[in-house]
Order: sequence, then structure tokens, then C-alpha cells
Amino acid sequence: MTEALRPPPSGCPACAVAPAAEQAARVDTGARLLLSLPTIHCAGCISAVERGLAAHPGVRSARVNLTLKRVSVDADPQVTAADIAAALDRLGFEAHELDAGLLSQTETDRQGRDLLMRLGVAGFALMNIMLLSVGVWSGADGATRDLFHMISGAIALPTIAFAGQPFFRGAWSALRGGRLGMDVPISLGIVLAAAISVYETFNSGAHAYFDAAVMLTFFLLVGRYLDHRARALARSAAQELAALEVPRALRLRDGTEETVAISALAVGDLVRVRPGGRVPVDGVVTEGRSEVDRSLLTGETLPVVTAPGAQLSAGEVNLTGPLTVRVTAAGRDSSLHRMADLVAAAESARTRYTTLADRAARAYAPTIPLLSLGAFFVWMWISGGDLRLSINVAIATLIITCPCALGLAVPAVVTAASGRLFRKGLLIKDGTALERLAEVDTVVFDKTGTLTMGTPVPDNLDAHPEDALRVALALADGSSHPLARALAGALRARGLTPAAIEDPREAPGYGVQGLWQGQEVRLGRAGWVGATHAATTGAYLSLGEATHSFTFTDALRPGAEDVVAALKAQGKAVWLISGDVAPAVAAMAARLGIAHWQAGALPQDKAARIAALQADGHKVLMVGDGLNDTVALSAAHVSISPASALDAARAASDMVLLGRDIGPIADAVRTARVSVRRIRENFWQSGLYNAVFVPLALLGLCTPLWAAVAMSLSSITVSLNALRLK
Amino acid sequence: MDVLAILIPVTLFLGLLGLGAFFWTLRKGQYEDPEGDARRILNDDYDDRPKRDDE
Repeated sequence: MTEALRPPPSGCPACAVAPAAEQAARVDTGARLLLSLPTIHCAGCISAVERGLAAHPGVRSARVNLTLKRVSVDADPQVTAADIAAALDRLGFEAHELDAGLLSQTETDRQGRDLLMRLGVAGFALMNIMLLSVGVWSGADGATRDLFHMISGAIALPTIAFAGQPFFRGAWSALRGGRLGMDVPISLGIVLAAAISVYETFNSGAHAYFDAAVMLTFFLLVGRYLDHRARALARSAAQELAALEVPRALRLRDGTEETVAISALAVGDLVRVRPGGRVPVDGVVTEGRSEVDRSLLTGETLPVVTAPGAQLSAGEVNLTGPLTVRVTAAGRDSSLHRMADLVAAAESARTRYTTLADRAARAYAPTIPLLSLGAFFVWMWISGGDLRLSINVAIATLIITCPCALGLAVPAVVTAASGRLFRKGLLIKDGTALERLAEVDTVVFDKTGTLTMGTPVPDNLDAHPEDALRVALALADGSSHPLARALAGALRARGLTPAAIEDPREAPGYGVQGLWQGQEVRLGRAGWVGATHAATTGAYLSLGEATHSFTFTDALRPGAEDVVAALKAQGKAVWLISGDVAPAVAAMAARLGIAHWQAGALPQDKAARIAALQADGHKVLMVGDGLNDTVALSAAHVSISPASALDAARAASDMVLLGRDIGPIADAVRTARVSVRRIRENFWQSGLYNAVFVPLALLGLCTPLWAAVAMSLSSITVSLNALRLK
Repeated sequence: MDVLAILIPVTLFLGLLGLGAFFWTLRKGQYEDPEGDARRILNDDYDDRPKRDDE
């Protein structure tokens, strides 16, 4: 059922939770696979991955993209992404499957290429014009100067017409909408500077601003391109980690199984759910015994036993035996859809965030034309109606005030910061997330799957004799139950080999049994094995007369202790809100030193708690992974989910943790604060340049040389300031 | 100043040459993985000629 939760290109979590029927029709092409590799970082990793995969049977070629931390694999159709992920895991690289179909939209990034091409044209034109301008500045006179101006114009006019289009289009749509965006003063500055320069050139004037107009275009395009890169990365992040399953269900009709789209199911239909599969609809079990994993929906760590008559919800995972389910609610009425409605409500309650750049633009946009218009009238009055002089001063003012550095102030910092966080394993999906993250003073964690790995680990292996361990390993190998797999993994890690077991069989819902040295051995539930039930999570083994109990704890996610400590050191209030039972939540809170906790929380409770915190004036960062967290994730000021989270949770959150380690969160909060400080500094810096050069321009002292110096200096200092983040 | 008659066409030609080269690299997708390309020089897997994406 995860497949139905695939985030759509819009990244709208509400739509993501709703089963998307149209995607059912999508066919898997198979040949080209994409995997995310959050931990690769060096030349050695590149060749290890490429060589390792090339040696894998069926793989034709593999190519790593280190910038995006991805590998694209060209392979025979029978090779699945899961095979590749397993092969990479053996090589020591963590790998997640990506949806190649969705990603191909961002891979061919036409708009980005288009901007880069315009940027290139502006850059090369700027270089040539500057050569000529240096000649003029160093004293070219008379016919030579006019010739230089004419050649500059011949380069500049087509360049501006081509490279300036993004600004002209933006300005036009802003004007039609009755707004005064940043693009209007920019376009005005570029066009008027070019126009007055043409006039001056043909009247052999001393000053032409072709260089300034092209420079303005160039630097603003740099800012625009960085901004686009950040957005494109955000968009691809929204699509990035989609699961590869297709939203299909196995319908039983007249005793035969047929694969149908989930949208085609009706109430009363019988659906077969195989072990390891997700329950596609809400329903009642009519046949079969098994255990289901509800952790993604409710936060409960332990699987729940199901037998005929048990209620199942869409999104749960069937673990041990095949189940036949009668559909009680499908499509709009299912519990998934009700969750979607809650998410949509939370989304609409979240007010649109006004970014620093928006606020700066709002203050700046009207000021620029007004200032230059003012300069024009004052000079008309002073000079007694000298139109040419007044226009020249007005345009010099317009060029100097044009927000070159302002256009770079935010994108340069955001690019540097998101690059830094990406290297640490954190993907920023929303452009404003960084600014919102900087304001956070309260952090709310989910427990299962977020602070913990959501997978149990046996903790008392030393208490058992080696024979028992080897038998347990052999039996555990025969089951896909999470406890059995955890047990098998831990025993293998100790270097144990499985004992020889005859006739191993799995009893769905109970455990595994077999014959060892002629006696019956069983691994499973306490009652079935014949052991007494202990208080903690456990699996039991019977060896003839003797019984052994294995107890489990949920493994902490790496970095969980550090992240809580670091956040507390930063002065943030830390909360733990989980759907799990109170003792488990209390133990986790005590272990991590979290003072505020709440157990048994339903999705609405989580969202309500966050709403209450925000009503008290707190800015909340929510970190969660389950379907039960999606509402809280969309209600919070800013949200983060791990890569292992359900698609719906990832779609609802602003950032995604790529690796297993949760540690980058503390660093992200710190980086966000520093970046917002840098953005503010950049605004002040560009303001400072204006404070120095605008009076010069108003006094009519500003030559094209000064304009060029002011523009390039401010752009470069702003970019350098942003680079300090790295 | 006669030399300008040669130098200016030369600068313009060189500029256009550079721009053409930039377009070519852009179309060949050479800006897709700047970080990886920087590290790949340390590999000696395909030293004799650049590895093509479509191979």
C-alpha cells in the first residue's frame, strides 16, 4: 500500500496519502535502475561501487553521480533494484531504491540548462565588453571611444535581448498581475541603461552603460540559476525516494487470484495478502493466521497476532502467513483517506511563510524607481531643464541601486548551506525550510522508526548455551518474522553456524518448528513453545524439556543520544510523542534524557499537541517517520523525516535524512541559524554599498566605471560571505 | 591604432570560440556531476580516453 503513497511531483502530502489510481497504469521499464547512495563521498567509493556492480551478473553498466549521490544502473530486466541494493550493502554502502520514472522528469532539467545557457552568453559578452570598456576607462577618446561603444552595443543588445528574458518575463507577469516584484526594477534598469547607452553612443557621449547592463544581467542570472538549482533539488527530493511497488492488490474471485488496481476494489471483495506484503485496504481477516506490523501506522514496535475476524487497516505489513481479507472500506472511505483529509486540514492551517527575501524585495522594489525618478526631477530643476544630464543621472542611480547583491544574497547562502547539509546526509525539500528551521525552539521526536531503528535487537544472547543458539539460528532462518530475522542476524554476526534441522516448518502466527537430533524444537510464542511469558518483548525456544527465552530491545538509531544532547545544549525543548505504550516510551525518554513525553498518542493527539505548543508561541520542529506522524509533520513549523519513512511522511516533511544516522539534525539546526545570519549580513552588506554609491550617483558623479566597481565588489563580497558556511 | 582593426575581430572571434565550447560542454552534460568528475581524476580505470555515459 505504500505504493499508493508515492509523493506526486507537486510534493503535496495530502495528495500523496490518497491512493493514486492513475499511477497503477505505469509500467516498469526495468532496464534502468536508480539508487540513492547517501554514504558515498570519495573517489574510492566511486570505483568500488562501479566495479562492484559491473561484476554483478546481469548488470551492463553502472555510473555514479557523486553530486547527487546516486548510481544509475543499466541492467537486464530480471535484475531488480532490491538485488542491486543488496549487492551494494555487501560492498558496505547503504542504498535506497529510487523511482526512475519520476526522476526522469528532473533529470532532464530543461529550465536549468536554459538558464545556464543564458548565463554563459551573458558571461562571454561581459568579458568582451569589459575589454573594450577598460580601453574607454583608460582614456580612449573621440572616434576610438565611439567605435568601442558601438562594438559594445553590438554585443550587448542581442545579449540583453536573449539573456535578460527571464527577468522581462517575470516583470511582465508581475505588471499584469498588478504587482511590483523584484523583476520590474531589474528589467527597468537593464532596458533603460541599454537605451540611454544607444542614445549616448550615437551622440558621441562620454558614458555608455552597456557594460553595466550586461554585468547586471550576468550577476542576476547567477543568483537566478543558484535559486533554480536549489528549487530543482527540492523538487527532485520530493520525488526522490518513492517506493518501487505499484499500487496493486491480489483479488480472489471464484478461487483464482487476479492482480487489479486498488481503485478497482469494492467493499465485499476478497483480497489475498502474501507474507511481506502491505495490506492494501481496510478489511476483516476471513482466513489465515499471521502477525501484522503496525509500526508505521501506530508506532507500536511489536507485531500483532491476527486471526479470522481481526480488523486490518490499509498500510499494515503482513509478516508470517498468507491472509485473506474481506474489504470493508476502499478508496475514499479507507483509513488512509481519512488520514489524507487530516493532512490537508493541517496543511491549510499552516500560514504561508514570508521569507527574508520576500520582505527585502517588498521594501526594495518600490524604492528603486522612486529614487531615480526623484533624482531625475531634482536634476531637471537644478540644471534648468537639461534633459540629457537628468536622464543620465537618473539611470546611473537606477543601475547603482539595482539589487545585484540582493539577488545573490539569499540563493548564494541557501546553495552553500544545502550543499553542506547534503554532504552530511540531509536533503532540503522546501526552499524556505532553512529559514523556518532557524526559528525553531522546540523539537518533537517520534519514537519508533525515528529515534529507534524500528527493528528489534536481542539483548541476552550471552545467557544461552551455544547449542541453543545454533538451533535458534537454524529455526530463525526459516521465518520472515522481524524478531526471527533480528535473532538470525545477531547470531550470524557472532560467527555462529546454524545447527542441522530436519523438516523445518513455519506455523503462521506461532513460530517455527523442526527436528534436531531426533527431538522436536520450536522457536516462537511463549504459549506455543511451552515457556512462561516474560514481561518484555521476546521469542522463546524449546529444546526438548528445556526452554530458553530471548529478549529484545529496539535499537537506538545511530546519533540519537548525541542529537538529543546537542539540541538540549542549544537550548531547545525536546519532546517525545509516540503511539507506543507508556512503559516503552518512558524508558526511551529516560534513556535519552528527554523530560517531556507522551505515550499512546493517536495521529490527532500528536497534531493537537504540536498545535498547542505553537499556540503558546513556540516554533516546533517535528521529526517523524510513520503514517501516524504525517498530520503532525504538516502541522509543525518545520519537519524532518528519515529516508526509511513512509512516502506520505516524507512528502509531508520539509527535509529528508538520507542516511541511518539521525545526528545531522542538530547540525542542521545550527547551520540554519548561521545561514539566516549570513543572509542578514548579506542584506546589510548590499545596503552598505548602496549607502556609499547612491549619494555619488545622485550627485551625478557616478561614471560607468564606478557602477561596475560597485556591482562586482558587492556581488563578490556577498558570495564570499555565503561561502564561509562551507 | 591600426592594430585595433585586427585585434578587435580577434577578441570577438576568441570570445565566440569560448562561447561555442561552453555550449558544447553544456549539451554534452558535462555539468551534471561536477563533484564526481573532480574525484574521478584520481581513478586510473579509463585513463586512455574519457568514459562515455552511453557506453
